[in-house]
This record gives sequence, structure tokens and C-alpha cells, in this order.
Amino acid sequence: MPAVKSLDELKRLKEDAIAKRNAKTTAGTVQVTVAMGTCGIAAGARETMRAILDTIETEGLSGVVIKQTGCIGLCELEPIIQVEVGGAPKVTYGKVSVDQAKLIMKEHVVGGHVVTELVIPAK
Amino acid sequence: MPLASGLLLLTVDSMRELALHLLDIAENSVAADARDIVIAVDEDPKKDRLKMSVEDNGKGMDEDMVARVTDPFVTSRTTRKVGLGIPLLKAAAEACKGYLRINSALGKGTRLEVEFQRSHIDRMPLGDLAGTWFELLVAWPQIHWIFQYRVNGNEFLFDDAPVKQELGGVSLSEPAILTYLRETLQAGIKNIEITD
Repeated sequence: MPAVKSLDELKRLKEDAIAKRNAKTTAGTVQVTVAMGTCGIAAGARETMRAILDTIETEGLSGVVIKQTGCIGLCELEPIIQVEVGGAPKVTYGKVSVDQAKLIMKEHVVGGHVVTELVIPAK
Repeated sequence: MPLASGLLLLTVDSMRELALHLLDIAENSVAADARDIVIAVDEDPKKDRLKMSVEDNGKGMDEDMVARVTDPFVTSRTTRKVGLGIPLLKAAAEACKGYLRINSALGKGTRLEVEFQRSHIDRMPLGDLAGTWFELLVAWPQIHWIFQYRVNGNEFLFDDAPVKQELGGVSLSEPAILTYLRETLQAGIKNIEITD
């Protein structure tokens, strides 16, 4: 039977997180938004978001703000995610699979390079 | 094929997990400006029922809106856009000797309840409930979440209030905190779930 975690453990993790927050941060404020309307969910957005959270865990990425939004009117391009790094304009990616989400986290969120081939062009 | 029916087929085919429907309904509660959201799943193998509910204190709906979100093709008013998530879940429940009911009051909130015959051959699997709850918790930290999973009278209850109080201003999306939350939800469910 898996052990249920205690709040004491959470307290220790919190102190760790505060210590690490000062040591390691990504390039400025990073915000990743996943579209989670019915269209997004049906297209696999839950798995896409999970890949983003898994990457934060495994790579130890501190300071990433995670958000969700509803349908943004581009249902046929779901799953859609938006990435904002520092003061740079928001970049919208379409048809983001699990592997592509991991790639975007590595290249864009950590590396600071937009993954051009997955970007939805502005109309 | 017209685009709308294409999307409908895509949706029917892709929402083959009850947990995905719970995610969809919870997103509706968030969009209705809820501050507190309770998601409950109750499996009763003896009575052969599986019941789920999502309750919020968001802005609520009037009768006409409830009718439209439940069955968008038979009602007349077309002033607000509604999705297909709830009608699909309702159809799935009714095909499994169950039902879907919405109680809502403007300014007070909404409660959606859906029930299935648990052993029905067409009943969707529960799916990744822990993953669904984990994502809702992290993506909407300003909302007070209560998750309840009951099986055979055993209960796993997760109320995020003590966690957030302990964390103070530390974000839920910090790596070590994500691990803690994910493992807490996974273990809580795994400890009581029935592995058929």
C-alpha cells in the first residue's frame, strides 16, 4: 500500500523550494497556458498538460506559472498551449502532443528558443 | 461531412474516460467563477452503481440555460454558446441505466450529478482520476478544491486548504510540490480503488 504523505513532509519541501527558488530560476517569468475547453480535452490536452508538469518535476524547473484557459476558437488545432517568457510576446503552439510539449519545455521554456515549426501563425 | 458533426464524432470518440468528463465539467465550474469546487466519485459495487458529482458556488444558471447545456439540439434560444460535453455524458449515463441531473440557481451555484450502472458493458472506465485532480489543482490555485473518492464505504478525501495554508506563498507548480501533490493523490486513490 503506498504511503500517504504528511503535511510535515510538505513543510520540509516548502523550505527546500524557497531555498532553491533563489538559486535556480528560468529566464525571467515563464507562464505556460493550456487550453482546456471540451475541444482541447477531447484532443488530448490533459496528457499535454501532464507532460508539461512531468517536465517541471523531472528537470526541477522552478518558477514556471501554469495556467489553463477555455476554448479559444481554434478547436481544429487543439491541443493548444501558449508560452510567455519574460517580456517577450506570447507564442501560441497548436496540435501539441506529449512529445512536442516536452520539446517546447526544453527548447522554449528552458532554452529560450521558440519552436518555430509548431507555432500557429497569426492571421 | 459538415464540420460540426466531424467535431462531434471526434469528441464522442475521445472522451472515453469518466475522469475526462469530470475535467470538462470542472472547467465549466471554473468558467462560472466558482470559488469552491467539490468533485466526488462514489463506487458502490454491492448496489452496482457509480455516481459522480461536481458542485460549485459559481454564478449558476437559469432554467433555460440548464436545458440548453443538457440538450442543446432541442431548445430554441441561441444567445449563448454551449459545448457538447454535458449532452455526451448524459447520453452515456442513460445508455448505462443511469441519469444526469443538474440543479442550479442563479447567484448560488450549480450541482451536476451523474450515475451509471457500474457493471454495464458500455460504462466508460473511470480513467486517470488522480491525474485529472492533479491538473485542476495546479492550474487553478485560486480555487478551493475538495476531492472525494469513495469505494465500498472507504473514503479518500483531499481538501487543498491545509496544503495551501502550509505552503504560504510558495507556488503549487514548484517541482518538489508537484511531486508531493501527485503522489498524495495517486496513493490516496490507489489505496482504496478496486482492481478488477
